[in-house]
Amino acid sequence: MNRFAPIALVATIALFLQGCAGWQSALDPKGPAASELAWLIWFFTGLCAAVWVLVMIALALPLMMRPRARVEPLVIDADADNRKLRVVLTAVGLTVVILVGLTLLSFFANRTLAAIGSHAALTIRVTGHQWWWEVRYEDATPSHILTTANEIHIPAGEPVRLLLTSTDVIHSFWVPSLSGKLDLIPGRMNVLDIKADKPGVYRGQCAEFCGAQHANMGTFIIAEPREKFDAWWNDQLEPAAAPMSDEAKTGENLFLKRPCVMCHKIGGTPAGGTVAPDLTHIASRQTLAAGTLTMSRGNLAAWIADPQGVKPGSHMPVVDLNGDELNAIVAYLEGLK
Amino acid sequence: MSSADITSERDLPPESEASAKGDIAPERDGPRDTGLDDASLHRWLARTWRTPRGIIGALSSVDHKVIARRYLITAFLFLCLGGLNAVVMRIQLSGPQRGLIGPDLYNQLFTMHGVTMMFLFAVPIVQATGIYLVPLMVGTRNIAFPRLNAFSYWVYVSGGLFAWVSFALSMAPDVGWFAYVPLSGPEYAPGKRADVWAQMITYTEVSSLAVAVATIVTVFKQRAPGMSLDKIPLYVWALLVTSFVVVFAMPAVMITSTFLILDRLVGTHIFNPAEGGDALLFQHLFWFFGHPEVYIIFLPATGMVSAIIPAFARRPMFGHLGLVLSLIAVGFLSFGLWVHHMFATGLPKLGASFFTASSMMIAIPNGVQIFCWLATLWDSRPVIRTPLLFVFGFFFIFVIGGLTGVMLASVPLDLQVHDTYFVVAHFHYVLIGGSVFPLLGAAYFWFPKITGRMMSERLGRWHFWLAMVGFNAAFFPMHIVGLWGMPRRVYTYPAELGWGNINFFISAGAVLFFLSFVLFAFNLVHSALRGAPTGDNPWDAGTLEWATSSPPPSYNFARIPIVTNVEPLWAEREALPVATGLRVDVRELVVSTVAEAHPDIREKSATPSIWPLLAAIAVGATFLYSIFTPWAIVWGAAPIAVTLIGWFWPKGDPEDEG
Amino acid sequence: MNQRPAMDLSGLPTFGHGPRSPTWWGTLGFMALEGTGFALAAGAYLYLATLWPNWRLSAPQPNHWPGTIVTLLLIASLVPNHILNGYAKQCAIGPVRIGMVVMSLLGIAPLVVRWFEFPALNIYWDTNAYGSMLWVLLGLHTTHLITDVGDTIVLTVLMFTHHGYSGRRFGDVGDNVFYWDFVVLTWIPIYLLIYWLPRLG
Repeated sequence: MNRFAPIALVATIALFLQGCAGWQSALDPKGPAASELAWLIWFFTGLCAAVWVLVMIALALPLMMRPRARVEPLVIDADADNRKLRVVLTAVGLTVVILVGLTLLSFFANRTLAAIGSHAALTIRVTGHQWWWEVRYEDATPSHILTTANEIHIPAGEPVRLLLTSTDVIHSFWVPSLSGKLDLIPGRMNVLDIKADKPGVYRGQCAEFCGAQHANMGTFIIAEPREKFDAWWNDQLEPAAAPMSDEAKTGENLFLKRPCVMCHKIGGTPAGGTVAPDLTHIASRQTLAAGTLTMSRGNLAAWIADPQGVKPGSHMPVVDLNGDELNAIVAYLEGLK
Repeated sequence: MSSADITSERDLPPESEASAKGDIAPERDGPRDTGLDDASLHRWLARTWRTPRGIIGALSSVDHKVIARRYLITAFLFLCLGGLNAVVMRIQLSGPQRGLIGPDLYNQLFTMHGVTMMFLFAVPIVQATGIYLVPLMVGTRNIAFPRLNAFSYWVYVSGGLFAWVSFALSMAPDVGWFAYVPLSGPEYAPGKRADVWAQMITYTEVSSLAVAVATIVTVFKQRAPGMSLDKIPLYVWALLVTSFVVVFAMPAVMITSTFLILDRLVGTHIFNPAEGGDALLFQHLFWFFGHPEVYIIFLPATGMVSAIIPAFARRPMFGHLGLVLSLIAVGFLSFGLWVHHMFATGLPKLGASFFTASSMMIAIPNGVQIFCWLATLWDSRPVIRTPLLFVFGFFFIFVIGGLTGVMLASVPLDLQVHDTYFVVAHFHYVLIGGSVFPLLGAAYFWFPKITGRMMSERLGRWHFWLAMVGFNAAFFPMHIVGLWGMPRRVYTYPAELGWGNINFFISAGAVLFFLSFVLFAFNLVHSALRGAPTGDNPWDAGTLEWATSSPPPSYNFARIPIVTNVEPLWAEREALPVATGLRVDVRELVVSTVAEAHPDIREKSATPSIWPLLAAIAVGATFLYSIFTPWAIVWGAAPIAVTLIGWFWPKGDPEDEG
Repeated sequence: MNQRPAMDLSGLPTFGHGPRSPTWWGTLGFMALEGTGFALAAGAYLYLATLWPNWRLSAPQPNHWPGTIVTLLLIASLVPNHILNGYAKQCAIGPVRIGMVVMSLLGIAPLVVRWFEFPALNIYWDTNAYGSMLWVLLGLHTTHLITDVGDTIVLTVLMFTHHGYSGRRFGDVGDNVFYWDFVVLTWIPIYLLIYWLPRLG
C-alpha cells in the first residue's frame, strides 16, 4: 500500500551499513551483556517485522478484493461474520502466545545478564557530576584507592562491578557496546556489571537528561590486558610529575595561586579541590572535558581560556589569564602524564 | 400545568408545608414543541439557544460547538508552534557540531515541544473533538455543565499563553516535559523556569479534568431516549473511557507539580533525599500519570477510527462488544505499567519483571481492536476517501509503534534503547501514528459537519502521501540511530560517531512532514471558504451527528431523536423517530437513566454567562502569581470566590430555577 | 432528515434528587478526582515512610488532641447533615434553612480547631520530608474543608433569598450534603496517617 516502501527500504539499508562501524552502538557488541542484548534486539525486531507484515497483508486484502461495495449497511452475512470471529480469535490467541513467549524470553535474558558480574574482582565507584564522571577504584588498601575522571580503565576479559551514584542530578551510565544503561541517582546506589571481551576503547555517554551540557558528557571504557591495566593503576597512584621546564614551573605556581585549586586536585601538590576532575594525570587521558575535546596542547589552552565557548553552561569558570600565563599553565598540565 | 409539574414528582413535598408557606416557586410553564410546525419550532429554539451578539456575547458563549471550535483552532495553533520547535531542533541536529542554537535555547525548545504537544495540543484536541461530537452523537442539545466547559477553555488558553509568553521572555522551562528532580528542584533549577512548568501543568490539568467530568456526565445522563449502553457509539465509549482515565490519572501530575512547587517555593523536602525525601518518588508519581496520558491521547483516536471505518466499509463495526471491552481493559491496564518508564533506575528485578508482563498484556486488548477493525474492512472493497486513507496510514504507522512498544516492555532490551532516539521513534510512531493520523482522518471526516462544506479530496490525497513519506522518513531512521547509541535530548553530537548523514536524512523528512501540515492548513482554510457545500450526511454514515444539519444549529436537534440501533440512521431510513413535549422558550434537554437511557427529567441547561471567563481570569492570575509567592493563594482566594459566586448565583432566568 | 414523533416527554418532572440529577454525577466525578489526589498524597507519605527505616526522622510525636477533636466534630456533624438531606428531599424550605445554618456552623467549628492542629504537629514543613508530608496532608484537607464550608455558606444565604424555594436549590442542598460526607470521609484516613502512623514507628 505504500508505494515508497521499497525506496525507503533501500535507503534505510544503505544508511544502516554506513553507520554500523560505530564505536558506540548497541548493534556492535564487544562484551557478553551487549551480545546477549544485541541478539535479543534482533530477535524481537525479526518477530515484530513478521507480525507487522501479516497485519499489512490483512489490511491490503480488502483492497485486492474487487467485489462491489456494500449497499445496505445493516444486512450482515452471519456466516461470514462467524468465520471472521474464528479468524479474530485465532489472531488474539497467537498474540497471547507471542507475548507470553517474549515475556519469558526477556525474563531469562535478564537472568543471564545478572550472572555476568557474579565473580567481579574489581569494584569501581562512578559518581555523576554536571557534566563529568568521577571514577574511583576501590581497594582494601587505602593507599591503593585511585581517583580519576571520565576514562575508566578495566582489565579485558574480566567482569568489573560499577557502583553508580550521583552528587547532583540524575545521570545515566551507558556504554552501549558493553551493556545496557543504568541511572546514577543522588541518595541511591546502583550496581552495573560490565565485561569487555577484548582490549579496546569503548565510548559511552550520559543517557539521562542532566542539564545544559548533557550532550557533552562522554566517557570511555579502556579495556586492556591485565598486566597493562595493573601497570596503569600503579602509574596513576604516583603523585603528579614535577614540572620539567621553567615554563611548566611557572605554570604550576600560577595554578596553585589561581582559583584552579578551589576545585581541582593535583596529587603531590597543595591543590586539593574535589568538586571538579582530578588532574594528577590529566595528560595521560585521551580527551578533555568529558569527551568534548581530544587531548592536545591547543585544546587544553582553548578549554582553559574559554570554557563557556567550548561547553556553554559548564561549571568551569573563566579564570583571568594573559597569553603567557595560559601557555605556562598548559605547559604544566601537559606534563602531568 | 404548573402544579402538575411538582405533583408529578416522585418525591413530593408535604402538602401542609407547600400550601402553608405558599412560597413555592412553581415552574411557570411555557410553550412546548408538541405540534409546532418546523418553521416556528426553529424560530423558537434559535432564539432560546443562540449565543448572544457582540464581544461580550461571544465571550459568554456556552454552546459546546462554539467552545469546541475555539478549542480546535487553539490546539491547532499550538500544534504549529510545537512543530516549528521541532523543525528548529532538527535543523540544529542535521549535522554534527552545528552552532545554530546553543544548549540553553535547545533545552527550552525540546521542553516546550514536549509540553506543547502533550498538554497544549494532544490532550486538548482530543477532548475538544469530544466536546463537539459527544453531545451530537448522544443526541442532546448541549454538553453537561456548559459553563464549566467554557471555563475549561479559558483556563486552557491562559495556561498556553503563560507557557509561550514565558518562552518569548526566555523564561520557558528547560528541564524536559518530565521535569525530573533534582534537575528541576530548588538547587539545580534556579530562576522561574521550572515553576513555569509546574504551574502550566496545573492550568491544563484543571481544564482537562473539568472537560472529563462534563463528558462523563453527558454520556451517563444526557443520552437520547433509547440509547441504552449497547447502543452507544464506539467513539462515545472511547471518550467515556478516556474521561475516566483523565479523572484518575491527571490528579497524579497535579500532585507531582504541587509537590515540586512546594519544594521550590516554601522549602519542603518531599523530593530531597538529604532530608528524608526521595527523587524517584517524583518519577513514580509522574509516570502514574504519564503512562495513562498516552492512552488519554490514543483512546479517543481509536474512537475516531471506529467511527470512520463503518462509514466507508458500509457496515456496522465487527465485534462491537469486543471493542467496548477492549477500550475498558486498556483504560484499566494503562494504570499498571508506569514503571516501564523507570527500568533504568535500577528497581528490584522481580518488580521490573512484573511490569514487563503487564506492559506486554496491554498489547492484547489493543490487538483485539486492530483485528476487529481489519475484520470490518474484509467484507468488500471499501470506499476509499481521504478519511479512510488516514486510517490506513494509522494502521501502517501505529502497528510499528505498538510493536516497538512490546520491545520496550522487555526490561533488558529497554536498558539498551531507553532514553535513546529509538524511544523517540517509538513514541512518535505511537502518538502521531496512533493519534494524529486518526485526527487528520477525523478532520476530513467531520469537517463537512462542522462547516457545511467538503474538504478538497485532491489536496487531501496529496496531504496524505506527503505526511506518510515525511513522517516515515523523519522517524523510521531514528530507530536505527538510537540503536547506534544516540541518546535523546542532546543539542549536538560529535562528528566521529558517524550519526551525521542519517540525521541529515531525518531532518529532511521532518521538514517534509511539517510541509504536509502547511498543505493541510491551506486545505482547511480553502475548503472552509470555497469547499463544495454539503448536505446533512455526506458519507451516509449511521450515527446521530449526521441527523442534523451541517453545520448543526445552536440547539443541535429540533426534536430529540429516539435511538433504536447502534447506527440509528441506517436503521431508520424512512423517518427518524423523535420525542416531543419539551419547552421551546427555555433551554430544556432530556436527562435519562444511566443504563437504559429512559427519559427521566426535563432538565434546564445553563444560559450564556461571562462569569466563567472572569473566574478563569481570577484562577489564572492566581496560578501566575503563585510562582512568585505562596501568598498568591490567599490573595487570589477572594477574586476566585467572587467570580464563582457570580457564576452560580441565580439571575432570575427560568434556567436557574428549574 | 424526516422525523416522526414517537414519544411524548411533556409529563416529565423538571428536577430530580440524587443519582437522577446530572449535578449529583458531576459531584461524584469531582469527588473521584479529589479522592485520587488524596490517595496519591497518602501513597507518597507511605512510600517515604517505608523507604526510610527511621521514619519520623527523629521528629517529636504530634499531639493528636486537636486532630481528635476535629475528627469527633466532623463525625458528629454527619447526623444533622443527613437530617437536612431528608428535609431537602421533601422540599421543606423552613427546616432546610435551619439545617443549612447549622451545617455552616458545624463547618466553621472544625476549621477553628484546625488552626490549632498545625502547631500540634510539633514540626515545620521545612524541617524534613516527614514534616513536609504532614503539612501537605493537613493542608490539602484544610483547603478541601475551607472550599466546602465557603460553598455551604453561600448556599445558605441563597436559601434565604427568593431563589431558595425551587427544585434545583433543593437538589443543590442534597449535593452539598453528599459532598460534606465526602469531606468527612477523606479526613479519617488522613487523621490516622498523621497522628497514629508515626506512633507505630
